[in-house]
Amino acid sequence: MKRLMTATALLLATTGLASAEGVLQLYNWGNYTSPELLEKFKAETGITVTVTDYDSNDVALAKIEAGGHGFDLVVPSANYVKIFADKGLTVPLDLARLPSHANIAPEWMNVDWDPGRTNSIPWQWGTVGVAVDTAVYSGDINTSAVWLEVPDELKGKINVVPEMTDIVTLATLYYGGEPCSEDLAVLQKVRDGLLAAKPNWIAMDYGATEKMSNKDWAASVNWNGSSMRVRENVPTVAYGYPKEGYTLWMDSVMLLKDAQNVDEAYAFMEFILKPENAALISNFAKYANGISGSEPFMDPAMASAPEVVIPEEFKANGVFMPVCSEKAREYMTAIWTELQK
Amino acid sequence: MAERGFQVARLPGFATTAIIVFVALYLPIFTLVAYSFNASTSLAVWGGFSLDWYAKAWDNSQVKDATIRSLIIASFAAVISTTVATMAALGTTRRRAFKGQTFIYVMINQPLMVPEIVTAVALMIVFGLIKVWLTSIGMGGLTTGLGYLILAHSAFCIPFAYLPIRARLEGMDLTLETAAADLYATPWQTFRRVTLPLLAPGMIAGAMLAFVISLDDVVITEFVKSGGQDTLPTYMLGQMRRQLTPEINAVSTMLLGLTVVLLTAFFLLTRKKT
Amino acid sequence: MSPAEENAIRSSARTGWLLSLPALLILFVAAAGPLIIVVIYSFLTPGQHGNVVWDFSTDGWVGVLWSKDIFTGEWALADAHLTIFWRSLWLSFLTTAFTFLVGFPTAWFIATRPAKERALWLFLITIPFWTNLLIRTYAINEVLRKEGLMNTVLMGLGITDTPIEVLYTQTAIFIGMTYVYLPLMVLPLFAAIDRFDMKLLEAGYDLYASRMQVLRRVILPIVKPGIIAGSILVFVPSLGAYVTPRVLGGGKQMMIGNFIELQFLQGKNWPLGAALSMLLLVVVMAALLVYVRYANKGSSHG
Repeated sequence: MKRLMTATALLLATTGLASAEGVLQLYNWGNYTSPELLEKFKAETGITVTVTDYDSNDVALAKIEAGGHGFDLVVPSANYVKIFADKGLTVPLDLARLPSHANIAPEWMNVDWDPGRTNSIPWQWGTVGVAVDTAVYSGDINTSAVWLEVPDELKGKINVVPEMTDIVTLATLYYGGEPCSEDLAVLQKVRDGLLAAKPNWIAMDYGATEKMSNKDWAASVNWNGSSMRVRENVPTVAYGYPKEGYTLWMDSVMLLKDAQNVDEAYAFMEFILKPENAALISNFAKYANGISGSEPFMDPAMASAPEVVIPEEFKANGVFMPVCSEKAREYMTAIWTELQK
Repeated sequence: MAERGFQVARLPGFATTAIIVFVALYLPIFTLVAYSFNASTSLAVWGGFSLDWYAKAWDNSQVKDATIRSLIIASFAAVISTTVATMAALGTTRRRAFKGQTFIYVMINQPLMVPEIVTAVALMIVFGLIKVWLTSIGMGGLTTGLGYLILAHSAFCIPFAYLPIRARLEGMDLTLETAAADLYATPWQTFRRVTLPLLAPGMIAGAMLAFVISLDDVVITEFVKSGGQDTLPTYMLGQMRRQLTPEINAVSTMLLGLTVVLLTAFFLLTRKKT
Repeated sequence: MSPAEENAIRSSARTGWLLSLPALLILFVAAAGPLIIVVIYSFLTPGQHGNVVWDFSTDGWVGVLWSKDIFTGEWALADAHLTIFWRSLWLSFLTTAFTFLVGFPTAWFIATRPAKERALWLFLITIPFWTNLLIRTYAINEVLRKEGLMNTVLMGLGITDTPIEVLYTQTAIFIGMTYVYLPLMVLPLFAAIDRFDMKLLEAGYDLYASRMQVLRRVILPIVKPGIIAGSILVFVPSLGAYVTPRVLGGGKQMMIGNFIELQFLQGKNWPLGAALSMLLLVVVMAALLVYVRYANKGSSHG
C-alpha cells in the first residue's frame, strides 16, 4: 500500500515536458495530422510535436476554456475561430514572426471570421455536399432534395452527418433562406422539412467513408475529402454540390493564450505556411489547404478530383459560413435539438 | 461422457444457455480478429489476407503510446480501487448497522448514478481550476502528470470493485474467523490467513471489472486528459469521426493475444501449485 | 442497552467509517465533490457559446419537462425529452432483465464446473471484455449489419430469406447493451453462487422438492445479494449509456446520456444538461435507498 502511494505521488508529480526545449503540443482533430509532416518538421527544426485528438469543436472549446490543458496550438473550424478569439482563449499572431503569411490564398485571407488572418492560419478546407452512389440513384445529385425530399431509391439508405451548423444551414439554403437566418417563416419550413425527412434517413452518424465503401449506405450528406476516399473504393459514387447552396468550411490553426511553447508554435505555423509542407497535410487527409502554390506538390489524383477542385459551374453556389448572431444561433440550436429526439 | 449418477447442481437448460452465451460472446471478437488481417482499409469488406495493419500499428507511435498509457492507467486504477473498495466493503458489511452506513453505500455507488458525460464535465471544470491555481502559484509542473486521469479512473472504478466484494462478503461463513480468534490469532492474522483467502474470488472479480471498466472509458478521459495524454479509446474516438481502419483491430488483437498469454500463464502457474 | 453493548456499537461504527475513508476520499475528490459544481450550474444561465453566465435562473429545471416553441412562443410539455427518458428506462430495464436471464445460467454453469476448470471459464467470459468498449461495439456493428455475420448465418441456416435490418434500431442498442453489460451481471452472480453450499441442494432434493422449487426456495434467496449487485451494475450504467446508443443507434435513437451530452456540447445549454443529470441522479439514488432499506430488512445478519 505504501509503495503504491509513493508511486501515485510520483506520477501525480511527474513533470511533463511541456515547457522543455524542442516540443510542441498540438490539439487537433483525430486522424487529421500527417505523420510525414511531423517527421519533416522534426528533421528541419528538431522540434517534436505531440498530437492529442479531439472529435468536436465543442469539446475542444470546453476543455480549453476550463484551463490547465497544456496545449499550444488548436485547430478549430471557421466560426469557432472567432469564438476562441472573442473569448480571449487565443492570442493574435505576431505576423512579423510569420514571413510566409502572404502565402495564404487571397480568397482565404479576408474571411468573415478572421479578417486579415491575424488570429489564425489555414490548415485545411472543404465543402459539405452529398455523396451518392449513382448505381442506386441516377437522378440529379446536385441538390439538397436528395436528403430533404428523399427519392424512393434512397429511402432508408441515406445518412446525414450530425453537424448542427452545416445541416441547418444547408436546409435553410434549400428553403430559400440565408445562412444564419432569423426569418421565422423560413426557419419554420426548415424545421418541418428536417423533421419530415428524418424518418427516411438510415442514420445521423459519422463514418461515411467506411459505410459507403462497404455499401451499408447508398448516400450521405458528407464532406468532400471523405467522398473522394469513397469514390476510390466505389467508382460509382459521385459528389453533388447542391445548387440551392452548399457550405464551405475551413479548419485553422490558432495560438493559445496559455501556450508554453510559443517559439515552437511559431516555427510550426511558419512551416505549414510553406506550399510544399501544406501539400503534405492535404495528401494525408485529402482536403485542400488554402496555401497558394501548394497544388504542384499535391497528389496528382487530388489536383484533378471533382470533390477537391470545385467544378466551375458550381463555384457560385458555395457559401462561406458567416458568424451568426446570438438569436440566429438560438434558433439553430432549437431546431437541432428538436431534430435529435 | 458417462452419466455419473444424479448431479444435484445440474439445472435443465442452464448448460445450453451458457454455451450459447459463450458462442455469442465470441462472434464479434471473431469478426474483430478476422478483419485485423484484412488487406483493404475496410472493417467489413474482406480484401484478402495481409499483416499490413500490424506493421502499421506497430510503427504508429501515437497508437503505441496510447495503448501503453491505457494499460498503465487501468492497472493503477484497478489496484487502487480494489484496495479501497475491499476496505470499504469490510467496513460496511458484517457489522452492526451504524449511523451513516447508508450514506457510505450511496457515496460509493454514486459514480454509477450519473452518466459519464456529467462527471466528465464536472471533473474538467474542477481539475481545470486546480491546474490554473497550481500554475498561478508556480507549481505548473504538477499539472501535466497522469495522476489526474488515474485519480478519475480510480474513482469511477470503485463501485465496480466494491459490489462483487460486498456480494462475496455478505453471508460469508463467520465460523472460521471465530475459530481463528478462539485460537488466539490477532485480528490482522485472522484477516490475512482466513478472511482474505475467502474473499479473494470477490476481489479478483472486482479487480478484473475495474481494470476492464478503466480500459473502456472514453468520455471522462476525453474531458480530463491534457496534452499528450490520449488513451486508446480517445485515440479511436478521434479516428471515428473520419475513418476507422483495421489498424485498430490489429491493436486490439495484439492486446487480446497478450491477455490470453498472460492469463494462460497465470492459470497454469497457479494450477501447478495446488 | 448495556454500556458494553453501546461501546461495541460505537467501535463498530468507528471501524466502519475508518475502513471506508480512503474510498470516500477518492470519491469525494474525483466523483461526488465535483458534482456540486453541476448542481450550481443547473441554476445558472446558459452562456453564449456553452459554459454558463453567473446569473441565477430556474430555466434549466423548467426545461427538463417544458419547452418553449420557438415559432409560437408557447410553452408545452417537452415530448422530445419524455420520449428519450422512456426509451432509456425501457431499454435499461430490458437489458437488465435479459442479462439476468442469460447471465444466471452462465454464472451457475461456471460455478458448478470442477474447481480447477472454474478459473478457465471465468477467463473465457472476461476475455472479450479486455478489448475496449468502442472497438467491441464496432465489432457488434459489423456482426449486425445487413451483410454481417448474423445475417449470413441466419440466411445460411435458412431461418430467413431476406437479411434482417436491425442496425440503427432500438433492438440493436438492446443487443449491444446486453453484450456490453453481461459480465457486470455474471461476475457478481458467480461470486455469490460460488460460496453457495451445494449440499443445500441435496437437502432440498432429499425433501422431494422439484427443481423449480429448489431454484426458487433454496438457490435464489442465497444468491440474492449477487442478483442485486449485478442488477445495479447493469441497470444504472445502462441508463446513462453513451457509446452503445451512439454507435449502434446511428444517432437517431438517443438515450439520456446522449441527450445530456447534446446539451453540454452542440446544444450549448449547460444548465439544462446539469438539471437533467441531477434529476437522473436523484431518481437512481431514491431507487438505491429503497433497495438498501429493503435489503437491510431482508437480511438482518447482513
